Amino acid sequence: MIKELTKGIFRENPIFIIVLGLCPALGVSSKVINALGMGAGVIFVLLSSNILVSLLKNFIPDKVRIPSYIVIIASFVTIVEMVMQAYSPVLYKNLGVFVPLIVVNCVILGRAEAFANKNSLLPSILDAIGMGTGFTLGLLLIALIRETLASGTITLFRIGSFNGIITIPGLVDSPVRIFGMAAGALLVMGYLKAFFNWYTTRN
Amino acid sequence: MSYIGIIITYVFISNFILTQFLGLCPFIGVSKNVESAVGMGFAVTFVMGLASLVTWAIQFYILAPLNVVFLQTITFILVIAALVQFVEMVIQKIAPPLYKALGIYLPLITTNCAVLGIALISVRSSYNAIESFLAGISGGLGFLLAILIMSTIREKLDSEDVPKFFKNIPIAFITAGLMSMAFMAFDKALLKNLIG
Repeated sequence: MIKELTKGIFRENPIFIIVLGLCPALGVSSKVINALGMGAGVIFVLLSSNILVSLLKNFIPDKVRIPSYIVIIASFVTIVEMVMQAYSPVLYKNLGVFVPLIVVNCVILGRAEAFANKNSLLPSILDAIGMGTGFTLGLLLIALIRETLASGTITLFRIGSFNGIITIPGLVDSPVRIFGMAAGALLVMGYLKAFFNWYTTRN
Repeated sequence: MSYIGIIITYVFISNFILTQFLGLCPFIGVSKNVESAVGMGFAVTFVMGLASLVTWAIQFYILAPLNVVFLQTITFILVIAALVQFVEMVIQKIAPPLYKALGIYLPLITTNCAVLGIALISVRSSYNAIESFLAGISGGLGFLLAILIMSTIREKLDSEDVPKFFKNIPIAFITAGLMSMAFMAFDKALLKNLIG
């Protein structure tokens, strides 16, 4: 049972091993805080859709299962959109079009189709938490590398007197701007994927 | 923005793949040979143009008057899924050769971020009907351009000596990164100089 929880984090990491859900992974990874926000949204939608799909799997006719999953996912994405817009409008603005695009995040539909409609409730919940965390960690890794190199900062939450921005001496005065741009995201992804290829064959 | 401006913007300046990361999954997945890349490119262009136009009509004639804009995400994705199915049936009926060429790519397009992306972007930029359609078609052509370049490079890469761990997906990403750098030459200033 514990395997369902841990497999998504490394062994079947959605971003680096299965290579799914790339558009949001690269699109929102220019700042750490954006990656965290996107990760939270994806975990919520993935968990809710996995729960609902696994509960409804005997009631959904096989022929219309994909459209049904899409409707379920889209409903939860709408909830995320509304909550984010109400409680953290800045994050909502930064993530822009990528919030509604969680609907077409292949990771979520992929788990509904490949796991939740074949398994009972508890494994589906664990699977969603594991996969969602794996996705978020992947996103976070890309964002950490990109933001550190591109602006010499790490943007987190504002807590009390701490303004939420960690600056890295040295890099902040002479940043490598290319990593903040689209080209940098693609390069970082390429090198990370190569690293994961090397790491998985080594074990 | 003028029509020419929209075309240049979506094909070059904010190319869907290389600057906005929309539609990366098919871009990496279907770019191993030129023939299938071109097929996918045309299928995406066709669906994007149509989807952009149809979702525009739905937004301004159904969702906005009824004051249910919060249903946008659900409606758009369902309409796109239905549209793709419909296009598949129509092409199969009236143009079997075209269906043979594009058929297998069509079902994949439903979950292509670029299609839902252009629908949302058109609505958010408050384009009119023609502008939405043009934005859809040009977005698709931008995708076609990127995937065509990518597939030619990847065919050449097959016969090159790529380091073992960089084979296939990693080298594709790095190639895309370099292409994206080249596309940075298409700046917003270009638009100003060209059409004022």
